[in-house]
Amino acid sequence: MNGQRKALAWGFALAVLLALSVTITVTIGPAGLGVLDVWRSIVDHLGMGSSDLTRIEDGIVWQLRLPRVLTAAAVGAGLAVSGAIMQALTRNPLADPYLLGLSSGASFGAVLVLILGMDVLLPLAAFVGAMAALIATMLLARSLGIITPTRTILAGLAVSSLAGALTSLVIFWSATGDSYREILSWLLGSLAGANWAAVAISGGTIIAIGVPIIIGGRVLDAFAFGDTSAAALGINVSATRWLLLGGAALLTGAMVSVSGAIGFVGLVLPNAMRLLVGVQHRALLPLSALVGAVFMVWVDTAARTLFSPRELPVGIITVLVGAPIFALLLWRNRSAA
Amino acid sequence: MSLQGARLNLRIDGHPIVTDVQFDVPERSVVALVGPNGAGKSSLLRLISGTQHGGQGDVYFEGVNLLAMHRRERARKVALVEQDAHSEFAMTVRQTVMLGRIPFQSVWAPGASQDETIVDAALETTGAAEFADRTLATLSGGEQQRVQLARALAQEPRLLLLDEPTNHLDIRAQLRTLTLLRRLADNGVTILAALHDLNLAATYCDHVVVVKDGRVRAVGPLDDVLKPDLIREVYGVTAEVMRHPRTGRPVIAFSE
Repeated sequence: MNGQRKALAWGFALAVLLALSVTITVTIGPAGLGVLDVWRSIVDHLGMGSSDLTRIEDGIVWQLRLPRVLTAAAVGAGLAVSGAIMQALTRNPLADPYLLGLSSGASFGAVLVLILGMDVLLPLAAFVGAMAALIATMLLARSLGIITPTRTILAGLAVSSLAGALTSLVIFWSATGDSYREILSWLLGSLAGANWAAVAISGGTIIAIGVPIIIGGRVLDAFAFGDTSAAALGINVSATRWLLLGGAALLTGAMVSVSGAIGFVGLVLPNAMRLLVGVQHRALLPLSALVGAVFMVWVDTAARTLFSPRELPVGIITVLVGAPIFALLLWRNRSAA
Repeated sequence: MSLQGARLNLRIDGHPIVTDVQFDVPERSVVALVGPNGAGKSSLLRLISGTQHGGQGDVYFEGVNLLAMHRRERARKVALVEQDAHSEFAMTVRQTVMLGRIPFQSVWAPGASQDETIVDAALETTGAAEFADRTLATLSGGEQQRVQLARALAQEPRLLLLDEPTNHLDIRAQLRTLTLLRRLADNGVTILAALHDLNLAATYCDHVVVVKDGRVRAVGPLDDVLKPDLIREVYGVTAEVMRHPRTGRPVIAFSE
């Protein structure tokens, strides 16, 4: 009961923090717009009140900043939930969309259609790539015998290495000049291209896929001691595994298609939340989503402003920020390890 | 009423693991499942609990076929304590035991208040209450075993299956575990436990199922089954069966 109250308090605090973060970060940027100007513009677009910004200033707020901040929030939430689910199902705290090859598969699919000039297929290709990688990983793991965490991870390593090499090959083979740099920054993870379509894809996936698996993910508690133990608690293990892994693949594919491959979010944040609120997924999944959203909103703001007008790929910052935090949390928790 | 296994079979990659297993033992008793390493004891327990993929056969208990039940219904009736269960995450004892309530909870209506009461009772019964708020990693092997037992009891099982519940335990902890199982059986729970130590089986169990190479070699009351000839046939060792001077139960002495 005490744990539940603690989780509720965290949920409330993080929801407020997320609302505040979105409110504040849309006002941060080089255009020299004031907080009130920015919000008058947004309120104007929502059909209430009016703003006196120029068309360009208005465009900066409504066409660039707001969709980017919202996309960042959705991407952070999606990657964190995806990571938490994969960690539970593989019984490996270090599992994340990267480990099982999903991000690499999604990247490969996305780069392929970019090179072929079929940009409209990007979200679809990223999802297909993520699913293909997941299926390849699981089939490979199964072909090794009974599916164990170690085999799953080794299979994921093989698949992600292959997808990564194929991606590099495609880029090396066919990209030139500008597209080279665009693809590279996209591979490192960037939200620079986020528009309202990206908000629709990432936000829509959060609502359609993320929310159901956050609610249904409560059954993941049953997997704490492995598949047999989950089955003995009345869980349909294979159906649950494929549904949740499929959901995680959809989430990852959608997020990679709008942001590129951003690392460390799915790995660090769920582990950090486990240390703070415990291992029960009823609390862990929604809180991971919230903390992922807050984290990504701020990290992306840093990415676009720190070296303005140059953009830092956001994936570099997630690792620079994430790695020391993870090390600190590991150290604080050393007695339990 | 009795616990019956009928035509239980399991093949993995073409290898027979469990072959035509039949047994019939009384309910509300402590039954030992014994046999040498690799006899298929763990597989058989998973088969009976309905958690083994690809298994065939029927298990009748309290008048119903457990393997034809819905898995959730079955989980309210049958609990399984695995060997060396461990988690990669920092679970506390109470959280672990609460997992036993999962078959009774739904996604939409989690955590009834009676769950807390039942978990408290399971912690008390197994003596795990004193370290309820610690994480599993800080506990000794014997303490962890008690937690797994408490988790199974939180399922309020009618049939409790245990795989080597005394493994890695010192003698005092072994006796304590089996005394508890004995007490549960007296309260109406049917216990089927895979045991390595024949003397432990002889001291606490009513019936014995002997398996070797995936097949049943003998089933029956303790005194009828644990005889020198059978022990030689199954384990390849010479055994003398004597009587405990105080309890009158069998005591087995081995030589090569």
